[in-house]
Amino acid sequence: MGKLVERPEPDVIIQSYLPEVWNGMKRTSRHFFANLLMKKGIATIQYPDEKVTYPPRFRGNHRLMHREDGSVRCVACYLCSTACPADCIHIVAGETDDTDVEKAPTVFEIDHLRCIFCGFCEEACPCDAIRLDSGEHRVPAFCRKDEMSGKEDLLSRGAPSVSKQGGEFK
Amino acid sequence: MDLTFLLLTLVKIVLICFVFAMIMGALLTWVERKLSAAVHDRVGPNRASIMGVTAMGLLHPIADMIKAFTKEDFVPAGANKALFALAPMLAMVPPLVVFAVVPFGPGPNFVIAPLDTGMLFILAIGGLGIYGAALGGWASNNSFALLGSLRAAAQMISYEVSMGLNLVGIFLIFGTVSLSQIVLGQGELLWGWLPMWGIVLQPVAFILFLTASMAENKRAPFDLPEGESEILGYNLEYSSMRFALFFLSEFVEIVVIAAVAATLFFGGWQIPWVDPQGTAGGWITAGQVAAFVGKVVFLCWVQMMIRWTLPRFRYDQVMTLGWKYLLPLSLANIVVTAIVVAML
Repeated sequence: MGKLVERPEPDVIIQSYLPEVWNGMKRTSRHFFANLLMKKGIATIQYPDEKVTYPPRFRGNHRLMHREDGSVRCVACYLCSTACPADCIHIVAGETDDTDVEKAPTVFEIDHLRCIFCGFCEEACPCDAIRLDSGEHRVPAFCRKDEMSGKEDLLSRGAPSVSKQGGEFK
Repeated sequence: MDLTFLLLTLVKIVLICFVFAMIMGALLTWVERKLSAAVHDRVGPNRASIMGVTAMGLLHPIADMIKAFTKEDFVPAGANKALFALAPMLAMVPPLVVFAVVPFGPGPNFVIAPLDTGMLFILAIGGLGIYGAALGGWASNNSFALLGSLRAAAQMISYEVSMGLNLVGIFLIFGTVSLSQIVLGQGELLWGWLPMWGIVLQPVAFILFLTASMAENKRAPFDLPEGESEILGYNLEYSSMRFALFFLSEFVEIVVIAAVAATLFFGGWQIPWVDPQGTAGGWITAGQVAAFVGKVVFLCWVQMMIRWTLPRFRYDQVMTLGWKYLLPLSLANIVVTAIVVAML
């Protein structure tokens, strides 16, 4: 047995449309004249000319941070590619002359077509090597190859970071 | 029929039908988009530019025109080519012809054809507008377009009845169907101070007339024949300039409705208490023409605002409103007016 929903008949005044039409006209006219006289309350952002600044925690393009000598901070530990739910980080480890760290990536690729910009990689990173804080929006490309970011591309967006390797963030 | 008369009439036709009506129609396409934007708290079209000058989006009608002219003029297979070509013209011409009898100012100089049967002429020519919509859908060889034109024809015929009947009250009061005489009649004063404008004497008729003529014009909230946002209609198979003619005819019809309503209900070219006989000449006459144009612009604005305020009716609601409410109300209006006129 369904529940009977009472539908009250609107009274004659409402059914005659006119007062409601008048009220509606009042409201739309108020918006019309307010916007005609001064551009207040217009929500449009003229996009290519005007851009909103992204909030500071916006996750945009990835970047790889540098050490003080300019080399990559990444030690090819694979934590980020393990944490990645979209499986978009491809790392090939290689040896490095630096005796403090044993490994460095020879290949570090991010497939932006797979990436979901969740930020798990930067949380997983013990070296403050990968970050998503570039503040740039991912730009579209004409072919799939252009949506792959290699190590040089990621490094070129990076900046020197002085936080301790494997330690606290500065 | 001397040459001067012929030339003068030609000049008037060009000035009124092509300069005033067409430019108002083209401007209204811009006004509609800007006005809807203002109502919605948006900016509206502002991107078309020539050398960086956008002129508040005023170049968009020109861009639209270039687009309409350069698009493919498509005729569907199996369409009746002659009628298919005729329909947009039949939609466009009647609203322009109606301007022939609308007095823009005092005296015979400001009207193309000062007919004594002016209002009957308007109703007769206005009725032709149905053919554009009906033939357009029928000639397209498309069942959806045919359904759209059926909706259009049914709706326009329904509202034509009450639109005509609403004006009978005005005819009764002023005792004439000549638009110039009606305007002169509206210059008189009621109780010595109130101008005898149609809206003062016949407020109900004005509301009914505006409703019926907006339904006649097939614009929202009565845009079921067309339903440009989803259901499509009689102009489904039209493209290029033929579609643009259907589109523009709607906007010219807005101007027509505004002009007729201004003439019948807002005193035409009358400025209250100033020179009701229209014999002054000079600046006062210029002011009276400007007053008429101002009233037309105001009524165009009202129609636009209604279009952007109200949602679309359901089809049975349109028919119910037309036959069950507007028609009895306009008949009652005639009866009451007739009794009052007979008693006074």
